Amino acid sequence: MTVKEVFKTSLTALTLNKIRSLLTMLGVIIGVFSVVALVSVVKGFQNYITDQFNSLGSNLLYVMPGKITIGGNGGGGQHFTENKLSYTNIDTLQTYLSDSLAGISAQIETSKNIEYKTKKYQSTIMGGNASMGEILNLQINQGRFYTKSERDAKAKVVILGKTVLDELFPTKNPIGENVKISGISFLVIGTLKSKGPAMDAAVYIPDTTTKNSLGVDKFTSIMLKAKEGADIDQIMSEVKLALRRDLKEDDFTVFTQKEILSSINDILNVLSIGLAAIAGISLFVGGIGIMNIMLVSVTERTREIGLRKALGATSKDIALQFITESVALSVVGGLIGLILAWAATLGIQSLLRAEVPWWAAVLAFGFSLIVGVVFGTYPAINAAKKDPIEALRYE
Amino acid sequence: MSIALSAKNVSKIYDLGSEKIVALNNVSLEIKSGEFLSIIGKSGSGKSTLMHILGLLDSPTSGEIILNDKNTKGLNEKQLAKVRNKEIGFVFQSFNLLQRTTVLDNVMLPLKYSQVRKSEWKSIAMEKIKLLDLSDRIHNKSNELSGGQKQRVAIARALINEPSIIFADEPTGNLDSKTGDEISKILVNLHEQGRTVVLVTHNQDLADLADRKIVLKDGEIIEQ
Repeated sequence: MTVKEVFKTSLTALTLNKIRSLLTMLGVIIGVFSVVALVSVVKGFQNYITDQFNSLGSNLLYVMPGKITIGGNGGGGQHFTENKLSYTNIDTLQTYLSDSLAGISAQIETSKNIEYKTKKYQSTIMGGNASMGEILNLQINQGRFYTKSERDAKAKVVILGKTVLDELFPTKNPIGENVKISGISFLVIGTLKSKGPAMDAAVYIPDTTTKNSLGVDKFTSIMLKAKEGADIDQIMSEVKLALRRDLKEDDFTVFTQKEILSSINDILNVLSIGLAAIAGISLFVGGIGIMNIMLVSVTERTREIGLRKALGATSKDIALQFITESVALSVVGGLIGLILAWAATLGIQSLLRAEVPWWAAVLAFGFSLIVGVVFGTYPAINAAKKDPIEALRYE
Repeated sequence: MSIALSAKNVSKIYDLGSEKIVALNNVSLEIKSGEFLSIIGKSGSGKSTLMHILGLLDSPTSGEIILNDKNTKGLNEKQLAKVRNKEIGFVFQSFNLLQRTTVLDNVMLPLKYSQVRKSEWKSIAMEKIKLLDLSDRIHNKSNELSGGQKQRVAIARALINEPSIIFADEPTGNLDSKTGDEISKILVNLHEQGRTVVLVTHNQDLADLADRKIVLKDGEIIEQ
């Protein structure tokens, strides 16, 4: 029997019980869909984070409080005693690295409600000096960023991110209006162009004001922007060296933008594999469903097996026919799952730049093929072993 | 006239552990080419077992089956399947057609396991379908046919590879008398066309249509 004929016979057998075949495939469809869709969503997050980091520029360094390790055999963690980062450290860094830096600022971050008349929005408050805008590549849409003198004067001025602007001032020009943060009035002096969901949902105020008006003075980090073309690794060493004048080894950790991105990508890759493996369980369950139905099919078609053997089919022909049916179920199910996952990925494009990585598609499809072979083998052997006389007598 | 099939000292014993059941006991017979032979006997006489062994669906505990001067003893499963496909045609009491499959596909089924090129399948099948007067039914599914039509499809399928010998096991058993007579006539016609037909039945009238009868009882030939 030719391979083409085996396929034709198998597909004919499957189409005789369309609903049953479809229900059997459902396990594989859900399995492949889950694996591919989850991986594509994680990939979307990865794209999003990469875009966010790229928009900040590749020459950023962060000094974080405490000793932080990411990844490694210990799995990473933060050894944190006390946040010792202070303006002294910024002064030291400015002294020793003035030639290499394009900007340096404290980052003091907190979360507060911002109110304008009856409207309210829970926002991230980002405190920094006048160069924070340049360090983070923030682009002014309306108005301006605050000045050094406003920062020194602890002025209650605020620049609104795009989302905050849309929530509080959907139609009105906000420049010159007053918003309230923790009940304190802040003058809106500028709005920003969109820079991704996280930064759009924030407002930017002088770091001196966060301490003076909001009572928050702990540094989230010290942000440093190296000059264009500078050697980031060299600067990183110099930053560490300079900070050790004021702080102990365990009091701070220096990260480059690249390192943070790489660490996040590592975490997301592990997450992606983990999620795919969990989703793969449904593929396994789908395989059990296929085996179950194939065993039922072998029993139902016992007389057919006997007849085929009487007419000249060998045990190999019979085994091949049943394993082809099983593979056809899993492969067609896999293809449907793949198409659905691809469609779902397209469907969420407006929310997340998700994409189906080729390896996930190949892997999921390959697994569905393997599921068909593995779970179809036992029923196929069962069918092939049937004695033709017993099979012909089967009622 | 040459010998199409012969059985030499064929015995079949089923070992059930505590007891042994002798289904066939030292049976020897010869079937000439073009002969119409009926094997008759009561239920449990061993006639079906004999047909299965002669049709190479089962192997004897002892003895030999010689088909067209070739001893089939020692053939492996693949070789036996090939011989069954090429040299033997089966007609069963319960038709054994593939369900919800067309007449044409049912008749072509043995060709799928043969060396015949696919391009020739349809023309060969159509020739047999025409012979059995089923031309207007080729696209009908097996479940859309009457009992007589089903058996005619089964006969067309048995003839598809021009076998040396046709075994018909109670071919009228599931049919009313009128349809049964039609099928009997077809078997007689096949014999008259020079084909070797072995009819297994417990129906005396049907058995009488054959050139020669052998009567089985308790696994032994008691009359031939």
